[in-house]
Amino acid sequence: MLHVKNLRKTFGSIVAVDDVTFSAEPGQLVGLLGPNGAGKTTTVSMIAGLLTADRGDVLIAGRRLDGDTDPSKRRIGLVPQDLALYDELTANANLRFFGALYNLAGAALRQAIAAALDLVGLADRAGDRVKTFSGGMKRRLNLAAGLLHDPDILLLDEPTVGVDPQSRNAIFENLEVLKSRGKALLYTTHYMEEAERLADRIVVIDHGKVVANDTLAGLRSQVAVTAGGPPATLETVFLTLTGRSLRD
Amino acid sequence: MGLTPLLAMVRKDLQLFFSDPRAVILTFAVPIAIASFFGSIFSGPSRNSEPSRISVAIVDQDQSAISKAIVSGADADKNLKVTMPDEAQARDVVRRGRTSVAVIIPKGFGEAAGAAFFGNGEKAPLDVLFDPSRSIEVAMVRGILTQHVMEAVSRQMFGGEQGRAVVEKTIPDIEASKMPDDQKRALVDMLKSVQNFYKRPAGDATANNAPRGITMPYTVREQAMTAGSNSLYNSYAHSFAGMGIQFLLFAAANLGIEILLERQRGLWRRLRSAPISRFTLLAGKTVSMTIVGLMTLAVSFGFAILVFGVRIQGSLLGFFLISFACALMAATFGLLIAALGKTPAATRGVTTLAVLMMVMLGGAWVPTFVFPQWLQQATVIVPARWAVDGMDAMTWRGIGLSGAVTPTLVLLGFAVAFAGVAALRFRWEEV
Repeated sequence: MLHVKNLRKTFGSIVAVDDVTFSAEPGQLVGLLGPNGAGKTTTVSMIAGLLTADRGDVLIAGRRLDGDTDPSKRRIGLVPQDLALYDELTANANLRFFGALYNLAGAALRQAIAAALDLVGLADRAGDRVKTFSGGMKRRLNLAAGLLHDPDILLLDEPTVGVDPQSRNAIFENLEVLKSRGKALLYTTHYMEEAERLADRIVVIDHGKVVANDTLAGLRSQVAVTAGGPPATLETVFLTLTGRSLRD
Repeated sequence: MGLTPLLAMVRKDLQLFFSDPRAVILTFAVPIAIASFFGSIFSGPSRNSEPSRISVAIVDQDQSAISKAIVSGADADKNLKVTMPDEAQARDVVRRGRTSVAVIIPKGFGEAAGAAFFGNGEKAPLDVLFDPSRSIEVAMVRGILTQHVMEAVSRQMFGGEQGRAVVEKTIPDIEASKMPDDQKRALVDMLKSVQNFYKRPAGDATANNAPRGITMPYTVREQAMTAGSNSLYNSYAHSFAGMGIQFLLFAAANLGIEILLERQRGLWRRLRSAPISRFTLLAGKTVSMTIVGLMTLAVSFGFAILVFGVRIQGSLLGFFLISFACALMAATFGLLIAALGKTPAATRGVTTLAVLMMVMLGGAWVPTFVFPQWLQQATVIVPARWAVDGMDAMTWRGIGLSGAVTPTLVLLGFAVAFAGVAALRFRWEEV
């Protein structure tokens, strides 16, 4: 469904993303891991059409993503790292606006809003202003806003930052539902346990390059373990691949 | 361009605008309050009310017939409000700014002025104390005083006892002077003619028994050039135009800063990820800002019409065209702010300064005629000036549609320029 081929992006003399290639298939959640400044968000931004790649392609169901108004962008849903919501508007008004950006209107928009709010458990708060929501509720609404137009691909940029375990668990359950519906999910996170729990495949990126692209079991097998000891954790694998030096 | 996303952006911006009571008050109520204040202090005389008078303190230390006539003339003048304190009090009230001018008529003024009137004596000094911060009033008082002094001195010289005495005394002085004989003879002949003039009955001096002496050889028929002979200048029309445009620009600047906030909060990432064009994104913002601008002007002028009797005495269509062009110009000014601004906080300060400069140079606060000539010419590059001039033309000046054409075209030109620069400088890439 989503194929990223040889993406490269520079900012002046800094190479942010260099020859990044991976893919995500329907019903699959791909974890995109990397230290701070590794190039994860830049990669997601290029896939979402927010940044123009210097080189390489983003293919959506085999079609190259090209330009601001490319209809293929309808097949992508973005859940940004920031809580990209209007605090002064109600949850319903927020979703009505974001749905309309995808040309949803009338009954179709109302149904999409109801389904998205139902999925994230906020149906009873539809008429409340977002500024009255807790951090976890805002995170769930942030997710709902990316789902309104029923995208085939969902880009989730650290969607659980700053939420309590209950809301995080609720989000995980939402993502499991979406996977079961055949969505292709690309999930960036710093939390290794999240990737261990959710990811079918893990792409580790560092200094703009892909340093690993495998299943969890495959990654674990790359790290030598002590005879008789427990298997390597994803964190051990991650630190082995990216090193222990501080990045910010 | 999809209409659904465009309408959604406009609706969302209007919802956000009305969800912030402070923004609504700032946009609608504050300009009304400030424009009402400015309109009241700059209002001219109405048909039935007395004109405002300039306070003048006159200290008559001479107490001569001439000085008393000067005081009497000034006191009767409709432009002056005369008080007669002593010298110390006069100096004090001017220093404290309670009176703009004080005139001290020193002892011997009448006699000296009479002698100098025929060119034979030292000119009499008249002390004028003034408040340097009120130079316009001082200039007016100087002009009015000249009239009353000339009338008082000439009246005495051509008919009063003091004048007779001065002439009696002046003739031997001239004869004894070293003046050339022909000039001496001419001057003495003139003064003897004046003496003969004194001997005639006062009633024969003029056909209508007017006092003897020099008077103003003309009267002034003033006509304010407003919408019509039956219309008085309504200062509220100008103040509401000025303040309406100022707060229209502030509202647009706020919406521009709102774009920067949207970018900071990641909302712009969401907007840019949707399959909508850059044109739609900018058009959505422009339309919503233009609607807010038109509402600002409509509310301001609606209030002025209902409460202060402001009338659109020119062309209603012209007024609408200027309002629309003005609102569009302000909207694109907001886009320009969003395109050039870095952070909301830094941009807010710069924007406030820019708007205030623009409206002050545009004549919204004080009339542009007080500016130096070069600055008056320079203000043609300030859109607020065209907006204010256009509004004035359509309201109290009562000029027809032709008066709206140039301001409208210029404002639309500014809108195109602002939008063009904004589109070129807008940061479209979102990391």
